[in-house]
Amino acid sequence: MSRAFFFMIRRDLKLAARNKASLANPLLFFILVTSLFPLGIGANSNLLATAGPGIIWIAALLAALLSIENVFRSDLEDGTLEQYILGPHPVSILALAKIMAHWLTTGLPLLCISPLLGIYLGLPEDGIKVLFLTLLAGTPILSLIGAVGAALTIGLRDGGMILSLLILPLYIPLLIFATSAVDSAVAGLSVTSHLSLITALLALSTSLAPFATAAALRVSVN
Amino acid sequence: MNLSTSNSDTRHHTFAACDLCCERDDRTLFSQLNFKLHPGETLLLQGRNGSGKTTLLRQLCGLRLPDDGRVMWDDTDINTLGTDFYRHMGYVGHRNGTKQDLTALENLALAQAFYGANGHSLDAALEKVGLYGYEDSLTRTLSAGQQRRLALARLLVMGTRLWILDEPFTSLDVHSIETIEGLFESHTAAGGMLEVTSHHAINMNESAVQRIDLS
Repeated sequence: MSRAFFFMIRRDLKLAARNKASLANPLLFFILVTSLFPLGIGANSNLLATAGPGIIWIAALLAALLSIENVFRSDLEDGTLEQYILGPHPVSILALAKIMAHWLTTGLPLLCISPLLGIYLGLPEDGIKVLFLTLLAGTPILSLIGAVGAALTIGLRDGGMILSLLILPLYIPLLIFATSAVDSAVAGLSVTSHLSLITALLALSTSLAPFATAAALRVSVN
Repeated sequence: MNLSTSNSDTRHHTFAACDLCCERDDRTLFSQLNFKLHPGETLLLQGRNGSGKTTLLRQLCGLRLPDDGRVMWDDTDINTLGTDFYRHMGYVGHRNGTKQDLTALENLALAQAFYGANGHSLDAALEKVGLYGYEDSLTRTLSAGQQRRLALARLLVMGTRLWILDEPFTSLDVHSIETIEGLFESHTAAGGMLEVTSHHAINMNESAVQRIDLS
């Protein structure tokens, strides 16, 4: 079973490497959206530093949402999704593998570039450090929850909009905890409780999302 | 010779449908459908366009829940068995189930990683369907017929007992059809089971063929 799991991750990474646009687009989107804000609200450094964590997190949310939409779509179109569902391994394991591959190709690059964007928006050093930690624990949650919605909506003709309406509300708790963690860090307060809560969300979504995704995929293929 | 099925699995499996029924938009496509398939036997599904052949196949492999009745593997409902049934079943539907951006060999390697090394080796499977020399070609560069043969080669790699095939001969030329018929022959001769829908006449050993006409 673990062989199938790792083979699946490797396969998705290989596919991503052969389709470089899909690899670069979410990252470019993330950078672009973030850099639009200083242009829009002006170079008032105090204002930007205050809004910075929120800006970066919302850009990350949108980048994850736009890229997760296609995670299962190509598999549905070429029939490989049917093969997984009719395969000898639990679909939830394969769904988890696909989610992990999605995080490695979109969440991880985004995570790596985030300190630079933090500097760009003028966040203080403590804030950047905590922002990185919240993104480290938070971006996998974006992939996990997003995958459930993507699995539910692949069968629909206009799934993208419904996916956003379905998934964005579920991202709200994460957004609140993450941005208030950075605010606390900037104010010199302890962030342990915030980070614990985000990690708890990560544990919860890792244990539930693969099963929900598997069930949703079955419904979509039916 | 006996390579097309799992050698470790010598049990006498059966595959059966009990009072299967399908309704679509208030029309009954079929009802009270019964059959029982033993090793070495073939079930041929025939019928007009829209008579429910594909729907029946999707019910038989568990992609679609029957509106009534049950599908049984070794006298147990396949929905209860889950992956214990899917270990024994290989399905090729309308869509090939191969990744366009992977090479022929990489596509088959995925099947091998899933099912273990029970069936043919990757090279042997490619050679059997006449794709030897194409192993490093991206699947998107293969012709429609070659892609279809690649999908069928996956069955050889999987080494499953039961093959469920929806129009396997789509876009195949006469020569390829003969090759695939040869594969069917050796699969059933080795104790495999076969369920197939086709508009083409299939040359098979008639004594072991059951036919269901849905029209």
